[in-house]
Amino acid sequence: MSALRRAPWGLLAAVAALAVPLVGSRFYTFVATDVAIMALFAVSLNLLLGYTGLVSFGHAAYFGVGAYTTGLLMKKAGVAFLLAFPAAGVLAGLCALVFGFFCVRLTKIYFAMLTLAFAQIVWAICFKWNDVTGGEQGMPEIPYPDLAWMERLPVVGDLRTSDHFHLLTVVVVALCFWLLRRIVGSPFGRILTTIRENPERAEFIGVHVRRWELLAFVLSGAFAGLAGALFGIFNRGVFPDFVYWTKSSEVLIMTILGGMGYFYGPAVGALVLLVLNQQITSYTEYWPFVLGTILIVLLFAFPGGIVGALDAGCRRLAGLRRA
Amino acid sequence: MPDPSFLFAQALSGLTAAMFLFLIASGLTLIFGVLRVLNFAHGSFYMLGAYMAFQVVRWLGREPSSFWWAALGAAVGVAVLGGVVERLLLRHLYDKEELYQLLFTYALVLILSDAAKVLWGTGQLSVSRPPGLAGAFRFFGTTIPYYNLFILLLGPAIALLFWLALTRTRRGRFIRAAALDREMLGALGVNVSGLYTGVFVLGSFLAGLGGALVTPVKAIVPGMDVEIIVEAFIVVVIGGLGSFWGTFLGALIYGQVLSFGILIFPRFSIFSVFALMAVVLILRPWGLLGRPLKT
Repeated sequence: MSALRRAPWGLLAAVAALAVPLVGSRFYTFVATDVAIMALFAVSLNLLLGYTGLVSFGHAAYFGVGAYTTGLLMKKAGVAFLLAFPAAGVLAGLCALVFGFFCVRLTKIYFAMLTLAFAQIVWAICFKWNDVTGGEQGMPEIPYPDLAWMERLPVVGDLRTSDHFHLLTVVVVALCFWLLRRIVGSPFGRILTTIRENPERAEFIGVHVRRWELLAFVLSGAFAGLAGALFGIFNRGVFPDFVYWTKSSEVLIMTILGGMGYFYGPAVGALVLLVLNQQITSYTEYWPFVLGTILIVLLFAFPGGIVGALDAGCRRLAGLRRA
Repeated sequence: MPDPSFLFAQALSGLTAAMFLFLIASGLTLIFGVLRVLNFAHGSFYMLGAYMAFQVVRWLGREPSSFWWAALGAAVGVAVLGGVVERLLLRHLYDKEELYQLLFTYALVLILSDAAKVLWGTGQLSVSRPPGLAGAFRFFGTTIPYYNLFILLLGPAIALLFWLALTRTRRGRFIRAAALDREMLGALGVNVSGLYTGVFVLGSFLAGLGGALVTPVKAIVPGMDVEIIVEAFIVVVIGGLGSFWGTFLGALIYGQVLSFGILIFPRFSIFSVFALMAVVLILRPWGLLGRPLKT
């Protein structure tokens, strides 16, 4: 068990992800980019869900704000990725600050409902504000960032632009994961866990619960915005679907599927869900049916998610060996 | 100043929409009030009610009464499905976290939406109005179909019936007691688990009935489930989660905001209802007529 825990899983995964365009086909690279981005989205949600114990049902709002920000800046204003990308995080974070200010005043189901309401407001704006967001039609043809410099690199130089974007995505996502890990491992992360375990008690020992929850909300929103910015470029377009409430539930499912009690749990959930999706949609169009069934089995049989089940399995093995 | 008869027509269409929403949202609020489960699948039950009504009408053919049998059959069919789901699955999640209950009902949304696609395809389906209510009459410069009048009367009738059942009958008292303190009710010897099933069945019945009755005025399409559930959430949140008359009020407000919002901001009427939901949650999270939840 300890070996399983101590292995540098993040680093191994990053190296494997970087190698995909070199060894795999175009299709695998496509799936891998998708997985990397959605993993960041899910891990950002887990800062709220798993670490702070807040069930957000509107996380797609920040993903969407990030996607639209970068998309608009790059497509309509011709701003470079180097500026347009952080702008997505900043704007999504600001948006989360405004919405979160109200949300953290509520608890439980009301918190979930208010996050949903705010996300639907963002969706309604994206859906109807034709002049800026393209409305229902969305905003196609988001340009790739200028990655010509990668062509001069050894080994990866003669790959396609989409592969170069994949490499960029993996590096950016890995950096975000490193930052998020630092955040949850910091004293601030401990405070969040305290709040999750017992908000009243946290308040008693002098923790300003709402303020820390708001900070978690903003950080979570900002990272979701970065994921959205990458996704808009990857998807070659930004559409109002990114913000619809079903997107929020999709990322919740990824998080739960992987295991919200573990830092990389949601990333594993994103990987499994997207790969399964690719496999199953090649056999049948009824993917939601399969997903619903998986979800029910998961809720009843493995409430700790995939990583939770693996962890429990390893513990049992370790116990057997010792006995 | 717009023409008063136009305003009247607008108010009336909002009112009709409100009555449909009330039918659906009342089941949602009943289930939440007692079981404390926010049922995402309620919209799917509504959609299934619509499809089942279509199916029964097709079986019975052009009989004058076929629509009414279809509405009843659909409501009962959905109620049975709700009962099975509650008995077999949902009840095992009551003592788990809220999130798991939410995701379970969301899993049902996914499964039922595909099941409907398998059974009825992805095309638009429709049901014609029952022959007795096919016509329309003119009132105050507006044409009102008889069917809409029927819905306008049915909504308050169901609300009253419910209110009487909740306040005047023994079972209604049990339901209200279960909403307040389920453990105490169980300790007093009431079969709480049976009561839960009953409430879930009743809520599902209302969803199925709402779905069946909406078929003459709205096309049956895939996706109607996720659309209606958000609307129903808005209604119950405005009125107060778990509050019965609150839901009625919420539906009335929603209908009017939507139908007049279209006049004032033609493109942002959806925006206005979500904004209303957010404002209510910020100022009075327990809704206009609800009570704060016990923690």
